[in-house]
Amino acid sequence: MTQLVWNGLFVGSFYALVALGYSMVYGIIKLLNFAHGDLYMLGAFSGFAVLAALGGVSTAMTLPVLLAVLLLTMVSTGLAGVALERVAYRPLRGAPRLSLLITAVGASFAIEYGMRIVAGPDPQVYPVRLSGTAFEVFGASLTLPQLVLIGVAVVLMVGLHLLVAKTREGRAMRAIALDPRTSSLMGIDVNAVISRTFFIGSALAGAAGVMAGAYYGKIDFLMGFLIGLKAFTAAVIGGIGNIPGTMLGGLVLGLLESFGTYWLGGEWRDVFAFGVLILFLTVRPTGLLGERVTERV
Amino acid sequence: MNETKAPEAPRKLGAAAPRTRLSKLFDNRWAGLAGLLVALLAPFVNASNYALSIMTSAAIFAMLASGLNIVVGYTGLLDLGYAAFFAVGAYTSGVLATRFDLPLLVTVPAVIVVTVIAGIIIGAPTLRLRSDYLAIVTLGFGEIIRITANNLPVTGGPSGIYGIPSLTDSPVTFYYVTVAIVAIAIIGASRLGRSRLGRAMRFVREDEDAAEATGVHTYRVKLAAYIAGAVWGGLAGVLFAGHLSAISPNSFTFLQSALVLMAVVLGGMGSVPGVVLGAIVISLLPELLRGVADYRYFVFGVLLIIVMLVRPQGLWPARSKEALK
Repeated sequence: MTQLVWNGLFVGSFYALVALGYSMVYGIIKLLNFAHGDLYMLGAFSGFAVLAALGGVSTAMTLPVLLAVLLLTMVSTGLAGVALERVAYRPLRGAPRLSLLITAVGASFAIEYGMRIVAGPDPQVYPVRLSGTAFEVFGASLTLPQLVLIGVAVVLMVGLHLLVAKTREGRAMRAIALDPRTSSLMGIDVNAVISRTFFIGSALAGAAGVMAGAYYGKIDFLMGFLIGLKAFTAAVIGGIGNIPGTMLGGLVLGLLESFGTYWLGGEWRDVFAFGVLILFLTVRPTGLLGERVTERV
Repeated sequence: MNETKAPEAPRKLGAAAPRTRLSKLFDNRWAGLAGLLVALLAPFVNASNYALSIMTSAAIFAMLASGLNIVVGYTGLLDLGYAAFFAVGAYTSGVLATRFDLPLLVTVPAVIVVTVIAGIIIGAPTLRLRSDYLAIVTLGFGEIIRITANNLPVTGGPSGIYGIPSLTDSPVTFYYVTVAIVAIAIIGASRLGRSRLGRAMRFVREDEDAAEATGVHTYRVKLAAYIAGAVWGGLAGVLFAGHLSAISPNSFTFLQSALVLMAVVLGGMGSVPGVVLGAIVISLLPELLRGVADYRYFVFGVLLIIVMLVRPQGLWPARSKEALK
C-alpha cells in the first residue's frame, strides 16, 4: 500500500514537471503545444549526448555530474523551445486555432522523426544509471536516487511557482494570460515574455527527460509521445493554466495510475489514465483547482 | 521602445483564392468524373496483384480522408485519433465475420451502430469544451482503442484476427467494388458538405459564436459531424478488413491518424477533390519513393508546418459557391 503511494508520487512528480510546461504555455497563449512531450525526449537525448562526450563517469561522481548535465540540458532544450515558438507558432498568432494545432502536430512529427534520423530508430542505453540500495520507510522501499530526483523536481517546481507569483516577469506572464493586447499597451514586450515562457517550460521538460533517462536507463525517439499525453491529462486533472493545480494534477495522476495498475494489471495502465481524462472532462472540465474560464467573443 | 505588431486579422481557412485559368479547370464538375475514370481504367494499365493491392489501399485511404474531411475540413474540429474509428470498424466486422461466419456485407449494420456509439462516447463530453481539448482526447482515444485491441482475447491480442472473408473472390473485382463504394462515400461526403447541415458545419468552423447567435445548435452540428466522420472511418475499416483479410493493432497507430490528417491538410481542408487527391498522393508516395522511407515522416511534419504557414487553404482549396456570386 505505501509502496503504491510512493511509486505514484515518484512517477507523478515526472508528470508534474512535464505538465507544467504544457500548462504555462496554455495559460499564456492558449496553445496546446503538442511538441512539448518531444522536448522532453529532446532533453533526454541532449543529456545523453553530453554524457557520451564526457566519456566514463566514476560512480562516486554520478550525482554531481548528472546535476551539471541537467543544467546544460535545460539550457539547450529551453533554446529549442524558443526556436520552435519562433519558427512554428509565432507567425500564426492570430490565425485560426485549427491552424496552430496542426502546426503543433507537424512540429511534434518533425522533432520525433528528425531525432530518428539523427540517433537511429533503436533505443539508446543511458551511460549513467542511477541505482542505489533500497531502504524501507513505512513499509515502502525507496532508493536514494529516487529521493534526489523528487527533490530536484520539487526545487524546480517551487522555483517556478515563486517566479510566476512573485517576480516582475511572472506578473507580465499573468498579464498576458489575461489580455495580450492591453499588456502590450502597458509596455510589456509580449513576444519576449512568450519566448521566455517557452524557454522555462521547455527547460523543465528537458530536465524531466534527463531524469527519466538516468532513472529508467533507456531512451528512444518516441518516448515523448505518451508522456506528452499523460502530462496533458495531469494538467487537465489539476486545472490547465493553473500552476499549483498542475503540480497537484501530476501527483494525482501518478497515484491513480499506480493504483489502477495494481487493480487492473499493467497492460491497462494507459487505458485507465485516458479513461480518467475523459471522465474528468465530462464531470469537471476545469480540473481540481482550475477556475471557470469564460470564452470571450 | 516595444514595438508589438497589432494582431493581424484572422485568416480564414476557406478564403477564396483568386480565380485563375488553372483553378477554373480544377473547379470543373468533370474533375470528379475524370478521377473516377482514371480509377476505373487503372487496372487495364497494370493489373498485377501488387498494383491492385496498392490501388485498393489508396482508394480506402481516400475514403478515410473524405470522412476526416467532414470533421476537420467542414467543421474545423481537430481529430487526432481518427484511426480509432477505422479500427473499430475493422475489428467489429472482423470479429463478427470470423466468430459467426457471417459474410462481410452482413456486418455493415453492426459496424455502423458500433461506430456511432463510439462517436457519441468520445464526442458527447468533449465537444462541449474548447476545440483543442477534442484534439488531445481523440489522441488518447486512439491509444485506448489500440491498447484495448492489443489486450483483449476476443480481438486476438497483438497478433490480431486473420481469415476475414473478402467481399469477392478475385482482387480485380474487389478493386472495382472498393472503387464503387469509395466513390459513393466521397460523393456522399461532398453532398453532405453542400447540404443545410454542411453549411451549418462551415459556419461553426468560421465563427462558432456567431453561428450559435444565429440559431445554429452548434453542439448538435459538431456531434453530427463527428458521428458522420466516425461512420465513414468505420466503413473504410470494413473495406480494409476485407482487403487484407487480417488485421492487427499495429495498423491503427497514431501514425495512421496523422497520415490521414496530412492528406486532408495538404489537399485542402474542406475541399473534397483536394482531399481525395491528397490521400492518393500520400498513399502512393512511399511506393514511388522507397529509398527515402526514413525521412518520410520528418518531411511530413515539416510539410504540415510549411503548409500552415504559407498556404493554409491547401493545394486545392475549397471554394464555396456563395463566395463566387
